[in-house]
Amino acid sequence: MTDLPRSQHIVASGLVAAVGLWVTYVSYTAEPAAAFLFPRIIATVFVVLALWTFGKALLGRTRVGNGLSVEALKNILPGLIVSLIYVFWAAKTLGFYTASTIAFFVLLSLYDPAPHGEVRTWGKRIIITAGFLAVMYSLFAMLLNVFTPRELLF
Amino acid sequence: MEFLLYFGDVFTPFNFMLLLIGTIGGLILGATPGLSPTMAVALLIPFTFRLEPAQGLILLGAAYTSTVAGGAVSAILLKIPGAPANIATTLDGHTMAKKGEGARALQLSFLSSAVGGVFGVLLLIFLTPLLAQWALAFGPSHLFWLAILGVTIIGSLDSSSVVKGLLSGCIGLWLATIGFDDIMGTQRFIFHSSVSGGINVIPALIGLFAIPQVITMFAKGRRRLDAEVIAVEKHPISKAFSEVFSRFRALTIGTLTGSIIGLIPGVGGQIAGLVAYDQSKKMSPERDKFGTGHPEGVIAAESANNAMVGPSLVPLLTLSIPGSPTAAVLLGGLLIHGIFPGSDLFDNHPQVAWTFINSMLVGQILMCVFGLYIAGLAARVAQVPNAVMAAVVLGLAVFGSYSVQNSMGDVYIMAALGTGMYFLERFGFSAAPLVLGLILGPIAEANFIQGSMIANATSSVGTYFFTGALNLLLIAIVVASVGYSVWMELRSRRYITKDDAVAKEEALS
Repeated sequence: MTDLPRSQHIVASGLVAAVGLWVTYVSYTAEPAAAFLFPRIIATVFVVLALWTFGKALLGRTRVGNGLSVEALKNILPGLIVSLIYVFWAAKTLGFYTASTIAFFVLLSLYDPAPHGEVRTWGKRIIITAGFLAVMYSLFAMLLNVFTPRELLF
Repeated sequence: MEFLLYFGDVFTPFNFMLLLIGTIGGLILGATPGLSPTMAVALLIPFTFRLEPAQGLILLGAAYTSTVAGGAVSAILLKIPGAPANIATTLDGHTMAKKGEGARALQLSFLSSAVGGVFGVLLLIFLTPLLAQWALAFGPSHLFWLAILGVTIIGSLDSSSVVKGLLSGCIGLWLATIGFDDIMGTQRFIFHSSVSGGINVIPALIGLFAIPQVITMFAKGRRRLDAEVIAVEKHPISKAFSEVFSRFRALTIGTLTGSIIGLIPGVGGQIAGLVAYDQSKKMSPERDKFGTGHPEGVIAAESANNAMVGPSLVPLLTLSIPGSPTAAVLLGGLLIHGIFPGSDLFDNHPQVAWTFINSMLVGQILMCVFGLYIAGLAARVAQVPNAVMAAVVLGLAVFGSYSVQNSMGDVYIMAALGTGMYFLERFGFSAAPLVLGLILGPIAEANFIQGSMIANATSSVGTYFFTGALNLLLIAIVVASVGYSVWMELRSRRYITKDDAVAKEEALS
């Protein structure tokens, strides 16, 4: 067992086992049965392996996977929240370029090791963000002609 | 010698320009810690949609080749391997750089990479058509077992836990069944409108390989990269050239080890580099010098990790079994252009197949030439802060996924799979078998259904799938690969696992 609390492994493997059980249930109950023949084979192996993994986690016999430390989780959370808001809400609502620019700037400010108190630091971040926007616009809008949702500004 | 007929196609102005872009970009990306070759190739796929299949593959192949070699730059100058494949290079390369021999180490690294790489691609050229012809004898049952073999072999050999590796493969196979059934048009596992059309492989690949790395960069927080770039002094290239060939033993061991390991599906470049380094050390009369800045350490490791690139594509181009995660991404790149690997590729699309393979041969030379000149620049790029890198990769992942079908659903799938994969990886699950399951799932199912229909008309399903020499051979390999991995895990004598490699990489950085 790694030094990770057993509960983390139990939760992770429990979620996988729950998905496995759902897949198995659907595979064996949905109609027409012929369309679920291959999924049944997959689901059977899936659920056996998932329950095996869950059982090992319950017994505290998990040997691989370092889990997540509290410090890593604290570091991840702000970036993850910004990224998820960007992907699942802002990109479509504000438009790809506007949302990407804001997300880029926020992430840069959150994780840039340079001190926040200096004007020079903020100037540098704004210039990098503008550079990013220019490159993305040139690549996707001008070179690849990808028409992304454009709600605000451009 | 059919490949010679298509050599000229590599040198058309546009194709050659793509080769140059892929090579130089790959060298810079490869030197950047945190950007793996697989992720670089996955992020490049959306840029190949508007290109001809051969052109798209030239770009992807060049990026694959040069990211592996480019990783040596940061390994030598920063003591941070650009990719797990370059871990062994760090051991002697960085010590050489600290002794003021950085230029020599870089030259030896790129020259030995080119020698190993050219040998590996020649192996690809001569083995692939033979195996592709052999693959013509394969029926639906054999193709079904081959697809299963692809998932189980990577699930068992590439993962630190056999059960979790196989479970990852099962998750991938299940994901591949989401959407409408091909035969009856029945809806399967559609739990959200974004997945109603199934899971598109390209956004899934981008998410599974790019997003976990973005979150890994977040996990480091506001940490400053303390690594200092060691200045590169001048060193005559002619001396490095003669030194590479004078150290014939290390070069041969590295090249042969990398080529053999590359042919085995599921065994990655990091293992090739480490095994070659270890073998060279054991067979060298100067074994005590290894680890203290010995050129043979750099030559063995770098010739090995580039020699495996060509052979790792042999199972992909002949049997549709990707030999490595990057090869799996390349398979995605082939499939989006409607090209199916195997005899179909060489019989119906010889121009695509041979132009791609030839470009990899030329790419090895370009990689060597440019690598020597842009090493200093690449090392500076490698110092780009994590914050910038994470935000850039996230932006590219979002735009790249959207551009596949102009669909927000693809972006949601990319983000959901990527975020989920990051957390699964923290608990010992692996992205490579999951990707293999996702890519090979439709192949396995189509052949399973086709085989079942033939079986119902002729014999029984059991007889059709479980008898016959080739079926039994494939089943035996599936069982043997799983059994071998279980045995190694039980005896706790598994060689270098992915976790070990990652742990080593983390320790080195």
